[in-house]
Amino acid sequence: MNDLFTEVWESVRRNKLRTCLTGFAVAWGIFMIIVLLGAGNGLMGAFNQGGNEFVSNSMMIGGGSTSKPYKGLKEGRRIRLDMSDMDLMKQEPFSENIDQVTTSHSQSGYALTYGKTHLNNVSLNGTFPGYADMNRIVMLAGRFINEKDIQDKRKVIVLGHLTAKNLLKGGTDYERLLGEQVKVGPFVFRVIGIRKAEENRDDRDLNVPYSTIKTIFGLDNHIDDITFTFHGLPTEEANDAFEKELKAAINTAHDAAPDDASATWVWNRFTQNLQMEKGSKILHTALWIIGLFTLLGGIVGVSNIMLITVKERTHEFGIRKAIGAKPWSIMKLIVAESVTITAFFGYIGMVLGMLACFLMDKTLGQSSMEVFGESIRLLVNPTVGMDVAIEATLVLIIAGTLAGMAPARKAAKVRPIEALRDE
Amino acid sequence: MQIELHNVHKTYEGAQPLHVLKGIDLSIEKGEFVSIMGASGSGKSTLLNILGILDSYDEGEYIIDGRLIKGLSERQAAGYRNRTIGFIFQSFNLISFKTAVENVELPLFYQGVSRRRRHELAMEYLDRLGLKDWAGHYPNEMSGGQKQRVAIARALITHPQIILADEPTGALDSKTSVEVMELLGQLNREEGVTIIVVTHESGVANCTNRIIHIKDGIIGEIEENSRHNASAFGTTTIMK
Ligand SMILES: Nc1ncnc2c1ncn2[C@@H]1O[C@H](COP(=O)(O)OP(=O)(O)O)[C@@H](O)[C@H]1O
Ligand SMILES: [Mg+2]
Repeated sequence: MNDLFTEVWESVRRNKLRTCLTGFAVAWGIFMIIVLLGAGNGLMGAFNQGGNEFVSNSMMIGGGSTSKPYKGLKEGRRIRLDMSDMDLMKQEPFSENIDQVTTSHSQSGYALTYGKTHLNNVSLNGTFPGYADMNRIVMLAGRFINEKDIQDKRKVIVLGHLTAKNLLKGGTDYERLLGEQVKVGPFVFRVIGIRKAEENRDDRDLNVPYSTIKTIFGLDNHIDDITFTFHGLPTEEANDAFEKELKAAINTAHDAAPDDASATWVWNRFTQNLQMEKGSKILHTALWIIGLFTLLGGIVGVSNIMLITVKERTHEFGIRKAIGAKPWSIMKLIVAESVTITAFFGYIGMVLGMLACFLMDKTLGQSSMEVFGESIRLLVNPTVGMDVAIEATLVLIIAGTLAGMAPARKAAKVRPIEALRDE
Repeated sequence: MQIELHNVHKTYEGAQPLHVLKGIDLSIEKGEFVSIMGASGSGKSTLLNILGILDSYDEGEYIIDGRLIKGLSERQAAGYRNRTIGFIFQSFNLISFKTAVENVELPLFYQGVSRRRRHELAMEYLDRLGLKDWAGHYPNEMSGGQKQRVAIARALITHPQIILADEPTGALDSKTSVEVMELLGQLNREEGVTIIVVTHESGVANCTNRIIHIKDGIIGEIEENSRHNASAFGTTTIMK
């Protein structure tokens, strides 16, 4: 091994400039792979931001309008869900898969008053206990709405911690607010809990029991949409079948054709995540392919200088063979040199690529855009992990071997008499 | 009989195929010191390359120690070239970017001898050939005679049974030529190595004990020369 590297070093040293120029192409290829994958990761991270605020196994269903006549009713009729649809979902066969069913209703544009403090433009969000799990709500003090609140139509309220902080004039001893009375518009509520507000978002939603706002605002049984969590639907096919069945049941309940696709709509967070993952894999593969093509240029370059090297060293290989070198020991020299050049410059490229990712994270990764009042980061964590570094190393070694293969074969085939003739 | 050739033919294929060896029959005993003499282009190198398994032949038989040398794999040929045969060339064929001692070590490297051991042995052989002080020098820093002695050390280091020398004095002046031939004679006497020297110079051939003449691709006259008086120019000089 030691002898092999001495030989490789001797050869490389004799052709420093040539080796460096070709090595640059390899470094560039690996640099591109790392930077592309890092940017790709950052982009996927940006798509996914906020995605983990919700549990992924949930669906939302809402009413649309019919697309065909049914039971003597015309097409184009609006379908509005109501409380009985929620009951339908709690029964067989849907109860086998469905866990919690919630809906919510918001009334916005109120002022929140606590003592002498006013906050403008908050909304009352009437909901069910299941909302807490579905939206991964974290309580910082007190509790969330429970079944009893719903049954008794209690005038209780849960505040986000940013709102609470405002009410406490910057204080964070949220416990102090528990049991206190606050006014929302003309209505008085008792604070039962403080929850963690969502990141990067204005904290304006105040949670109250659905039954309470239904009474206060005199709402009928109609609801906008239903959100529910489910289990036991592992594949896209299972989800599609379930969605179809659910829509058919709800369509039927509203006198719409069971197979009318536009009478109700379903938004499935789980299958959306599956598709997102698929998309992310495709992006990842595409970036690898682009990177590998860039690297290919470097590999061809290394292969070329190895061919030149073999040509220049034909006489030497002839001598080696005349004194007993086996074809394999000649091949080893060339392949080792090729792998050494590729791996050495590849590592330089990899380190520079990681550095570029780091800089990207520190600059672009920290900047964000305002979209609909939410700040969205352009790139989230645009870096590559250890796995990519290991994969890239493997790629380099394989690439180096491939690059050296043809020249090495040529070297091993050198016929001593031809190499030694006419000196 | 150590080396036997029966009816060996060799044709160089090409636009105009060249039938160089036209049925060589030859026997050489172990420990002989022979020369193969002939005009330039008569096929001496071709014959020597076949003897050294650097090249193949088309027809006939080549036998070393009773073993037929034909259709060997590259690996087998490498084994013979490494252990059984030592080569000395007219143009020395040292590796230019390796020092004298590194050149001498190389055959041992291909035998898998450890770095330390082969360095020791190489130094020993360089010392025997009076080149100890030149061990760290590169070939282009040495004279022709010194380079040929390095090449001889490289050929000797594996203790081959046969040494093949193709015009070993062709690039040397008269004085150095004599020294090299005396060295080969001494090796033959003291170590019992079979030595076959190819040359077109009668003075060089005269240093050997048997002179085999080759002409038009076949073996001609074979002179016994144990008294070393075949040369018209005396017994101790090689005219250039
Ligand atoms: N590889 C080859 N291909 C074609 N012709 C060759 C080759 N090697 C030698 N020859 C020809 O074969 C003849 C014998 O060459 P060689 O054995 O080198 O002669 P010598 O060593 O006696 O001078 C010469 O005419 C030479 O040109
Ligand atoms: Mg010749």
